[in-house]
Amino acid sequence: MTLSRRAFLTRSALIGCSLAASPVVTPVTFAAAPGDNRLVVIILRGAMDGLAMAQPVGDADWRAVRPGPVPGEAGGPVDLDGRFALHPAMAGLMPLWRAREMSVVHAVSTPYRDKRSHFDGQDLLEAGVADLASGARRDGWLNRLLQHYPGSGTHTAWAIGADPLAVLGGAAPVTRWAPEADLALSPQAIRLAEMVMQDDPAFAAAMARAFRIADGDGDALAAALSPEDMGRMMAEDMAAARGPGETRLAAFVAQQLQGPARIAAFSINGWDTHAAQDKPLSRALGRLSDAIVALKDGLGADVWGRTAVVAMTEFGRTVRINGTGGTDHGTGGAMLLAGGALHGGRVVTDWPGLDEASLYDRRDLMPTRDLRAHAAWLMRGLFGLDVATLERDVFPGLDLGADPGLLL
Amino acid sequence: MPPFDPLLADIRFGCGLSPLIPPPADAEALLATLNGPDLAAQRFAIEPFDTFRQRIVLFNEQGRIRRANRGTDREMAAKKAMQVMNRQARRAQMTWLGQTLARRGMTAAPLRERLAGFWADHFTTSGKAALMRRAVSPYVEEAIRPHLSGRFEDLLIAAVTHPVMVIYLDQRGSAGPHSPRGKKGKGGLNENLAREIMELHTLGVGGPYTQTDVRELAELLTGLTFRPTVGRLFRKDMAEPGRETVLGRSYGGRAPGLDDIQAVLRDLARHPATARHLARKLAVHFVSDTPDPGLVGAIEAAFLDSGTDLRAGYAAMLGHPAAWSPVPGNVKPPFDFIASALRALAMSPEAYVALKEKAFRQHIQYPLRLMGHIWEKPVGPDGLPEADSAWISPQGLAARLQWSVSVPQILAGALPDPRDFVDTALGARATPAVQFAARAAESRADGVGLILASPAFQRT
Repeated sequence: MTLSRRAFLTRSALIGCSLAASPVVTPVTFAAAPGDNRLVVIILRGAMDGLAMAQPVGDADWRAVRPGPVPGEAGGPVDLDGRFALHPAMAGLMPLWRAREMSVVHAVSTPYRDKRSHFDGQDLLEAGVADLASGARRDGWLNRLLQHYPGSGTHTAWAIGADPLAVLGGAAPVTRWAPEADLALSPQAIRLAEMVMQDDPAFAAAMARAFRIADGDGDALAAALSPEDMGRMMAEDMAAARGPGETRLAAFVAQQLQGPARIAAFSINGWDTHAAQDKPLSRALGRLSDAIVALKDGLGADVWGRTAVVAMTEFGRTVRINGTGGTDHGTGGAMLLAGGALHGGRVVTDWPGLDEASLYDRRDLMPTRDLRAHAAWLMRGLFGLDVATLERDVFPGLDLGADPGLLL
Repeated sequence: MPPFDPLLADIRFGCGLSPLIPPPADAEALLATLNGPDLAAQRFAIEPFDTFRQRIVLFNEQGRIRRANRGTDREMAAKKAMQVMNRQARRAQMTWLGQTLARRGMTAAPLRERLAGFWADHFTTSGKAALMRRAVSPYVEEAIRPHLSGRFEDLLIAAVTHPVMVIYLDQRGSAGPHSPRGKKGKGGLNENLAREIMELHTLGVGGPYTQTDVRELAELLTGLTFRPTVGRLFRKDMAEPGRETVLGRSYGGRAPGLDDIQAVLRDLARHPATARHLARKLAVHFVSDTPDPGLVGAIEAAFLDSGTDLRAGYAAMLGHPAAWSPVPGNVKPPFDFIASALRALAMSPEAYVALKEKAFRQHIQYPLRLMGHIWEKPVGPDGLPEADSAWISPQGLAARLQWSVSVPQILAGALPDPRDFVDTALGARATPAVQFAARAAESRADGVGLILASPAFQRT
C-alpha cells in the first residue's frame, strides 16, 4: 500500500522542520542577481512532438499527414490564430493566450542534424554550440549567461535536482538542490546533525543551507519517522520524481523567483513517444501546461509581469505517424513561451510547409530558424546582454539575425 | 621507518574500516595486496565485455528479423525478444553495480578496488543507445581491471581502443578523407577520441599539443572501429593513407594497422607531460584537492623513471610523508561513501545485490543519483569531479544524511549499537561531537546514520 507523503507527515505528529519539498522530475536552477526580470527555462527531454502541441491546421497538407479531429470537432485542438491550434490537453493555457502571455515558436531546432540521438541532441541543446565534435565545450549556455550577469556571485546561483542539467554547468557557481531529496528527522536528530557537522566548516555550511532551503519551501515540518516509513517515503519521492509533480515544483520555483533568484531551469521528461502516442503525449503536454499555470499562480501578477518562460526540446519528431501510432525522432520542432513579459498571443514562425518536398529529408519538419536565436533575443531583452556577447560567448558562432520581437 | 598509519591506509587508500578485515601492517603490505589473484573479482563476478558482446549480436539479429518481417507475427516476436534482452541487460547492470559495491565491502585488497574506480573514471565511457548503455562495467572488467598495476601504456591502449570507448567518443565511423570509404563519401574524420586521448587520458588539458596534433592523431586512429560479431576491429578501407606527425614524431606510411596506433599511444603514455598529469591526478584523488607539490613530484619522477610503471607510481605516493598527513583529506565521492558505509556495517552482500530491481533502485541507485553520481551515465568524458565542493552541496549532504539514517536499517534489519559503531567506523577519527551523537540519538538508526553522515566518516 502506498501512503501519500502528506499522510506520513500527518500520521507522525509533526513539529519543526524537514527537508520535505515538492517531488519533481528533474533539476531546477536559480540564479539570484540584480535586475528585475526573470527567465525560466524548461528542458523537455525526449524530443517533444511540436506538431502535436501546436498543430498547423491551416496547412493544406496537415490532414493528410496527421488525420485526426480539427478545431471544433470532439477531441480536437483549440484554435489559436486560424493557422495553428493548440493540443486539447493544453487548453488550460488559453487564458494566457488570450491575455497575450503565451506564444509558440514553430519550425525551429538546434544546429543538430541527421543522427537524431537524444544523447547528442540534448548535449548540443544545453551546450548551445553548433557542433560538439569541433570543440571541447563542456559548459552550458545558461551558465555562460551567468558569467555575464553583473553581481551574480557565489551564493546567487542555484541548481536544483538530481539530474546534471548541463545547461547550467560551467564556471559560474550553481548550488544544486533536489526538491525530491526528501528527509524527515526527529527534532533531536536535527539538533545532533547540526552539532556533528560543526566539526567541519564546509559540512556545517552545507547542512545549514540544506535545512534553510527546506524550511523555506512552505512545507516546514519535522517528523519522527521509522526508517521503514522513511524508506517508503523515499520510494514515493522517487516515483514522484519520475512522474507528475510539476505543479508542486513550479510552486517551489515561483517562491524562489519571488526572492533573489532571477533564473530557473528544470526538466520535464516523457516526450519520446514512439508508439501509441495519444495518451502519453496528452499526459506530458498536460503536465507542461499545469507547470506553467502553477508558475503564474505562484509568482503573482507583479513578478509574472516580469517573467518569461521558455520550454525547448532537443529536436522534433517525424511529420507522419509511424506504424505503431507514434512518431520517431525528427528535426524541426516547436518552443513554447509564456510569461507576462511577453508580447504574446502569436505563433512566431517562418513556416516551411508540410508537402513532402518541403520536409527535411522528406520526413521531418524543416527547421527555418535556429532556436538559439530566440533564446538569445530573450536574454537580450530580459537582461540587456549585447549582441556581440551573445554571439561570441553565450552562443558561440550564432548569428542572432533579426529581432523576432518576443518581448513587450 | 617509512611513514604509515593503518587507519589512513584503510580510510584514505582503501574502502574504509571494516570490522571483519584488519588494515595492512605497513605500506609494503598495502602494496602487496595488489599481487596475486583477483579474489574479489572471482567472488563477485562481472561479465567481461567479450561475453557481453554476444548479447549485442543476438539483439541485432532480432532487429534484422524484425525489419525483414514488418507487419507479421515474426516482427512482433522479434520485438518482444528485444524487449526481454533490454530488460535482462538493465537488470544485469544493476547486479554489476551491486557486485562492485560488494567487492568494496568485503575485499581484503581494498586498494585494488579504489584503483579500479580511479582508472575507470580516468577512462570514462558510456553507451549511447540500446544494450550498449549497460556495457560500462563489462568494459571496466575487461579493459581496466587487468591493467591496474602494470604499465600505464598497456592500460591506455586497452582502454582507448576498447569498443565501448570507440563508440562513446565517436571513433567508430571515423574514416580518413583519402581512405577508400572516405573517397566514396562514406563517413568523414571525427576528432573526438584523438582530442580526449591528449586532453584527458595522457598529456592533460594544458599539455604541449596543438590542433594540428589532434588532427594528425585523428587521422592515425582512422580504421580503429568495432563490429559486434568481431569485437575491436581495424578496417583498412577506413584508414587514412600516408604518414602522420604527432608531437613531432612521424607514424604510419606502411600498411595501415593497429601497430601505428599502439606506437603513438605508447609514446603519449611515456611523455613527461603525461607523467605530470597522472601524478597530479592521483594525488588529488587520493590525498587532497591541493596536494603537496613534493608528493606530486615524487609520483611523477617514479612514472618517468620506470617507463610508466603504475606500481612504481603508487609506491612513490605511499612512500611520501604528505600522503599520510593526519589532517582529514578529501570528501568521499558518493559511490565511495555508500561502499564504505556498507563495509563499516559489515553488510551482507546478499542484502543489497539480491534486492529486487525496484528496491535496488530505491535504496542504492537513486540515492547515489541524489548525491550527484548517476551510475554509468557520466556528464562528459572528463568523468566525476574531484573537488570536495562538488559533493558537499546542500543537496548532496541532505541526500547522504537521508540515506544514512534510513537505508542501513532497511537493508540490515538489525543495526549495531551506535556506541560501538562509532569505533568500528571511525576508530581514532571519532570526535567528541560524534561520540556524543552516538550516545544521545533516539534510535539505533539515527545514531548509526549520524555517524555515517559525520564529516569524520565522509572525509578520507
